Amino acid sequence: MYVAVKGGEAAIANAHSLLADRRRGDRSVPALRLDQIVEQLALGVDRVMSEGSLYDRELAALAIVQARGDMIEAIFLVRAYRTTLPRFGYSKAIDTANMLVERRVSATYKDLPGGQLLGPTFDYTHRLLDPELAAGGDVAEPLQRETEAQAMPRVSAILAREGLIEPDGDMPQDHVPGDITREPLEFPMARDIRLQALSRGDEGFLLALGYSTQRGYARNHPFVGEIRIGEVELELDVPELPFAVPLGTVRVTECQMVNQFKGSAKAPPQFTRGYGLVFGQSERKAMAMALCDRALRATELGEDVVAAAQDEEFVISHSDNVQATGFVEHLKLPHYVDFQAELDLVRRMRAEYDARENPKVEEKREAAE
Amino acid sequence: MRGQEARDQAERKAAMATLAQSSGDDIVRLWNEAGLPSDAELLRGPETGLVTLRGRIGGGGAPFNVGEATVTRATVRLPSGQVGHCYALGRDKQKARLAAIADALWQDPARRNEVETNLIAPLRSALTTAHERRRAETAATKVDFFTMVRGED
Repeated sequence: MYVAVKGGEAAIANAHSLLADRRRGDRSVPALRLDQIVEQLALGVDRVMSEGSLYDRELAALAIVQARGDMIEAIFLVRAYRTTLPRFGYSKAIDTANMLVERRVSATYKDLPGGQLLGPTFDYTHRLLDPELAAGGDVAEPLQRETEAQAMPRVSAILAREGLIEPDGDMPQDHVPGDITREPLEFPMARDIRLQALSRGDEGFLLALGYSTQRGYARNHPFVGEIRIGEVELELDVPELPFAVPLGTVRVTECQMVNQFKGSAKAPPQFTRGYGLVFGQSERKAMAMALCDRALRATELGEDVVAAAQDEEFVISHSDNVQATGFVEHLKLPHYVDFQAELDLVRRMRAEYDARENPKVEEKREAAE
Repeated sequence: MRGQEARDQAERKAAMATLAQSSGDDIVRLWNEAGLPSDAELLRGPETGLVTLRGRIGGGGAPFNVGEATVTRATVRLPSGQVGHCYALGRDKQKARLAAIADALWQDPARRNEVETNLIAPLRSALTTAHERRRAETAATKVDFFTMVRGED
């Protein structure tokens, strides 16, 4: 017999209004405005944009408020919103060499054209909580230094002159960049598709995998060739105009990881590379992405696949936190019927087990009945 | 003639870039100050959609898709017949409509100068100032390495 069970509508509606109340919190505390979040929680906004895979600061800020600061919930909201919009097209590839640089450091070259620009970094801070910030004091304007605008070539271009580093990753002439928002994942996948998945992947997951490669699981001797953060111009080819239409600028973080490589049957000894490119100021994520990108090139470079970070299907299938949270969190939704069936099954197995292992107890029980 | 055409296209593109990078508030303020006409027939939009942002592997290699960005576009026709377009990051529909009208006015030889002088030039100057300030603030964080001289001579 099949019995449909309904119920919970009122409970659900009331739970949602309770959520709205708790989200707002104490009414005597002023409500957050989106511009406050965009300006003052900017790196949280950047994370939601990067993993939500949607560059729009105000929407990311709205998602953060709506999700009560739960980042993965906010990312989920942004992903859901994306699906409601039509697609105008694919931009022309951005040129990171032509960036309005806000930070640029290299761990491999001290004196490189354009120099080491620390920018707004947490590096070299003492990680001491600042009580003055809690008191809400005024903050001084940053210092300025007059300089000539200087070209800032990517470090990879400098290393390339010696021929000891592999070139930027190429694809066959007629290769059309894959798009995981259009086609289902298929393994093995080309590097361009992997990079798309990594760029929207969960920061914590990629960080842990990147860390594992440094600790010896798929060791590949990385150096940060360069990290650069700044704004690049975006352009789109459209049929109604004879030139690519300029869309404005976006802030991205790029990481060029350079890895010592002793050579294999497939490639000579040289420096190999991992690449990270992420929306916003997201340095840790870009570095983790570059470490994972390099580890996932094991097969291409003729290395043995021995660690989790090198296993493409494992990494890419589990890097999306919206999918991950969907599957994990669905476990808390009603499974009453499934569980009843399992309960019945376990009871029968247990009875058989008891009868086999403990025949006397079983006989007594039967006698008592 | 072809040279002139190419120059016109480059200037038009530069004007569109300035409009796309400027805030809707700034465009509205200058528009009103300049008394530019805002009557135009909307042929498309303003509508918001997605553009997939592409990067290159290693910075200069094969292209790959990074993620989407919101973009709002509009197409308008002036009473005098010029058709103007706008595509700009974000979801500001008012900005897209005005920028499309500005693009249409720009194509009218009788209005181009007015648009360039009263709208594009001040927007461009504000953007340049902001860029220069950002560059100078970043430059102040440049590391100047120096060598420690140790021991006695």
